[in-house]
Amino acid sequence: MSASLSPLPALSHPALEAVEITKRFSGVVANDAVSFSLEPGEIHVLLGENGAGKSTLMNILYGLQKPDQGEIWVGGKAVRLDGPKDAIQQGVVMVHQHFMLVPVFTVLENIVLGVEQTRGQWGQLGVLERAKPARQIQALADQLSLQVDLNAKVGELPVGVQQKVEIIKALYRGARILILDEPTAVLTPTEATELFELLRRLTQQGLSIVLITHKLKECLAIADRISVMRQGKMVGTVYPQQASESLLAEMMVGRKVILQVEKPLMQAGAPVLQTRRLVVWDDRHQPAVNGVDLTVCAGEILGIAGVQGNGQTELSEALTGLRSPAQGQIDILGQDQTGASPRQLIEQGLAHVPEDRGKNGIVKTYSLADNAVLCTYYQPPFAKKGLIRPGAIARQATQLIQEFDIRPANPRVLAGSLSGGNQQKLIMARELSRGAKLLIACQPTRGVDIGAIELIHRRIIAARNQGMGVLLISSELDEILALSDRIAVMYQGKVLETLAIAEATRERLGCLMAGMVQS
Amino acid sequence: MEEITGFLKLALITATPIALGAYAGILSERAGVVNIAIEGMMLTGALVAQLTAMYLYAPLQAAGIPAAEIASLCLGVIAGILAGALLGGLHSITSIRFKADQIISGTVINLLAWGMTGWIYQRWMTATAPTAPGTFPRIPIPGLRQIPVLGDLLFNHQPIVYTMLLLTGVIHYVLFYTPWGLHVRSVGEHPRAADTVGINVERVRYISTIVGGAIAGLAGVWLTLEQVGSFTLRMSAGRGFIALAAMIFGRWTPLGAFGTSLLFGLGTALQIRAASLASASAGLAMIPTQLYQAIPYLLTIIVLAGFGGKATPPAASGQPYEK
Ligand SMILES: Nc1ncnc2c1ncn2[C@@H]1O[C@H](COP(=O)(O)OP(=O)(O)O)[C@@H](O)[C@H]1O
Ligand SMILES: [Mg+2]
Repeated sequence: MSASLSPLPALSHPALEAVEITKRFSGVVANDAVSFSLEPGEIHVLLGENGAGKSTLMNILYGLQKPDQGEIWVGGKAVRLDGPKDAIQQGVVMVHQHFMLVPVFTVLENIVLGVEQTRGQWGQLGVLERAKPARQIQALADQLSLQVDLNAKVGELPVGVQQKVEIIKALYRGARILILDEPTAVLTPTEATELFELLRRLTQQGLSIVLITHKLKECLAIADRISVMRQGKMVGTVYPQQASESLLAEMMVGRKVILQVEKPLMQAGAPVLQTRRLVVWDDRHQPAVNGVDLTVCAGEILGIAGVQGNGQTELSEALTGLRSPAQGQIDILGQDQTGASPRQLIEQGLAHVPEDRGKNGIVKTYSLADNAVLCTYYQPPFAKKGLIRPGAIARQATQLIQEFDIRPANPRVLAGSLSGGNQQKLIMARELSRGAKLLIACQPTRGVDIGAIELIHRRIIAARNQGMGVLLISSELDEILALSDRIAVMYQGKVLETLAIAEATRERLGCLMAGMVQS
Repeated sequence: MEEITGFLKLALITATPIALGAYAGILSERAGVVNIAIEGMMLTGALVAQLTAMYLYAPLQAAGIPAAEIASLCLGVIAGILAGALLGGLHSITSIRFKADQIISGTVINLLAWGMTGWIYQRWMTATAPTAPGTFPRIPIPGLRQIPVLGDLLFNHQPIVYTMLLLTGVIHYVLFYTPWGLHVRSVGEHPRAADTVGINVERVRYISTIVGGAIAGLAGVWLTLEQVGSFTLRMSAGRGFIALAAMIFGRWTPLGAFGTSLLFGLGTALQIRAASLASASAGLAMIPTQLYQAIPYLLTIIVLAGFGGKATPPAASGQPYEK
C-alpha cells in the first residue's frame, strides 16, 4: 500500500502545486486553468496524449515558460519563477524529454554547468574547480549505487547512462522535487525497470517526483497517483488501485477506446522481401546494419523490435532506396533490387511510411491533395501528356480524406498545418492507395493520438489480410506485439532472433532488446 | 641566421591581424554566433583609429601634452577597439535579438564598412587632413630582449603584437579553464541545455560577440597605427576572411588558430620578400610577383578545401536561440 493513500497529516503542504495555470500559444490553449498537486514523497504520474499540454505545464513549474495566468506554490508558499534558476533555488529540477546535456562536454562538466565552483576571487573568470565537485558527485552516485565515469564525454555514452547523468545533475543541484518528462521513451524495458527502482529509492530519501508519460502500463506500475490531461485541461486524478488501462485510455481520449485489434489467422504467401547479409553504413561510415537476413512474406506482418538507434533507421532507408547498402542483396517480389532508386522501388510495388514524417513523409508546404499523389503525380489519371490534372488529383484526395477520416476534410489545406495524427493518416492513405505489395512502416504511430493509432493499426491489419507483406519497425513493444505475426529483434545492427508471435513474451523480447541471447 | 630570424619575425608580425581576427571569430562562434563580418570590423577599426589619432594629434600637441604622439596613438587604439565592439554589438542585435540570418547580417556589415570607410576617407582623410602621428614605436622588453635570437624574435615588437601573444593565452585560459568559458561553449553547443541550468543564453552571446568585435577592431588598428601609419581604401585586403580560415583550421581553439595564423604569416612574409628573392636568383625571378601576392589567398583555399570539411564547428553556431 502506498503512503499517499493514508490520510495526510492536516498541516502538511503539497511539495509543489500549480493553481489554475493558463498558457496560450498563438491560437492554441496549451494549458487551460490547470491545477495539479504533488504530495511530499510521492511519485505522481502525469498522463496524456501528445499535445495534451503536459510538457508545457511542467516547463511552467520549472520556470522555463511563464504562465499567462495562475500561481505556483512550493512547500505551501506562492513563488515567482523568472527562470529555471529560481526553480532550482526552490529545489525543483526537471529532466527533459530530450536530454539537456552537451555532448562534447564530460560528465563532470555537464553536472557542474551553471553551478560551478572556482578557486580564487575572480568569479566566473576564476579557475574552474574540478576535484572537489568530482568527490561530491562520486559520493552521490555511490549513495544511489550508480556507476558513471565522470571524465567520459557524454555524447559517447549510451542513452540509459545519459539519463543517469541527468538525474545526478538534478540531485547535485539539491533537487527535492524531480520532474521527469517521458523518461522511458528511449530506454529498453530493463533500463526502464532500473529507472523505476532508482526513483523509488529517491522517494525513500524524501524526494517527490513527477513523471510524465503516455504509456499506460508503466504508469500503473510505478505511480502513487495518476493525473490525466486532455487537450490542455486536467481531466482528473486517480489512484492506480482504482484504475485500469482502459479507464486511463478513456480519460486520455475522452471516449471508449479499443486497445486490442482483431487479427484473423492468415496463411503467409510467397516472399515479397528478402535481404541477404545486408550491411548498411551510417553517416559516419560505421556499419549500422551488420549482416541482416530478413524475409517478409505476402500476408504477414514482420515486426522489428528494438531500442531506437540499433540500426532500424538505416535498415529502412536501405530497403526504401534512400541509402545504398554497403554489402548484401535486397530482393523485392523475387527480383534483385539492391541499389534501386526510390522511384523504381515504388513502381515495383513498395509502400513506405517513413520514420520522420515531417521530413520524408510529406511536403509541409504542399496542399493535402498534392501530398496525396506525391508518388503518382506523373502517372495517369493525375497527369496526361506531361500536364498535371488538378481535377483528378482533387477527386483522389477527397476520396482518401473520406476513407481515412483525415481532418480537416479539405484537400486545399497545407499538409504542414495538419496535426501529427492526420499527417500520418494522409501518408497511410497515399501509400495504401497504390496497390503496393510490400509496406515498410517505420514508427507508424509515433507522436500520434490514440484515435489515429486505432485507425492506422486497423489499416495495417487490413492490408495484410488482403495479402500485402508488411515490415513494421517500431520501438513501441506494445505495437509490435499487437500487430506482428513474427518478431525480429534488432540489437547493434544485427537481428538477434526471430520469434513467432506465440513464443514472443514481453520478458523474452526485453532481454533480446538489451542484447541478451538465451543459450 | 639573421636572414631567417628576420623572416620569422616578419611572419609573426604579419600573422598578428590574422590571429586577432581569428580570436574574434572564435569568441563569437564558440557562443553560437557566426561572424563573417570580421573583415568589415577590421577595416572600420583601422579607419576610426587612424582618424582619431590624426585629429587629436595636433590639439594634444598644442595643449602641451608631453608625449602627444603616443597619447594620440593610444586614444586611436581605444577608438578603433570601440568601433569594432560597436559593429559587434550591431551584429549581435540583428543575430540575437532579431534572429536575422547571421551570414546576411555579416555581409551587410561588411558592405556597410566598405562604403562608410570609403566615404569618410574621401571626405576627411585626403589632401586637407592634419598630419598623422605615425606608428607605434617598438618596445623592447628589458632583459628578455637580450636573449640571443629569441630576444629579437619575440621581445622586440610593437604593442599590438605583444597584445596578440598575450590574448592567445588569455582566451585559451578563459575558454577552457573558467566557468565563463564553460558557459560560452555550452551556449554554442546546446543553448537549450544552458538555458535549463539557468545560464542566460542571450547575455553570453552578446558579450562574446561584442568582445570579439573589439578584438577584430584591434586587428584593424594594427593595420593603420602599427603597420602603415595611414589609411588606404579597403586596406584590410581580405585578412578578415583569412582569419576565418585560420579559425576553422585551428579547430576553433586559440592555440590552433595562432599556429595557423603563423602559417599565413609565413606566406605573407614570402610575398613581401619576393622582390629581394627574385633579385637574388635568376630562377626565382622567372616567377611573376603576382603569384607571390596570391600566396596567402591560395593557402586559404588549400586549407579550407583540404581540412575545412573535417573540422566540426560548435553544434549550435549560426542558429538563433528560440525559447
Ligand atoms: N513553444 C510553443 N509554441 C507554440 N505552441 C506550442 C509551444 N509549446 C507547445 N505548444 C503547443 O501546445 C500544445 C501542448 O504541447 P505540449 O505541452 O508539448 O504537449 P505534451 O507534452 O503533452 O505532448 C500543443 O498543441 C503544442 O503544439
Ligand atoms: Mg511532451
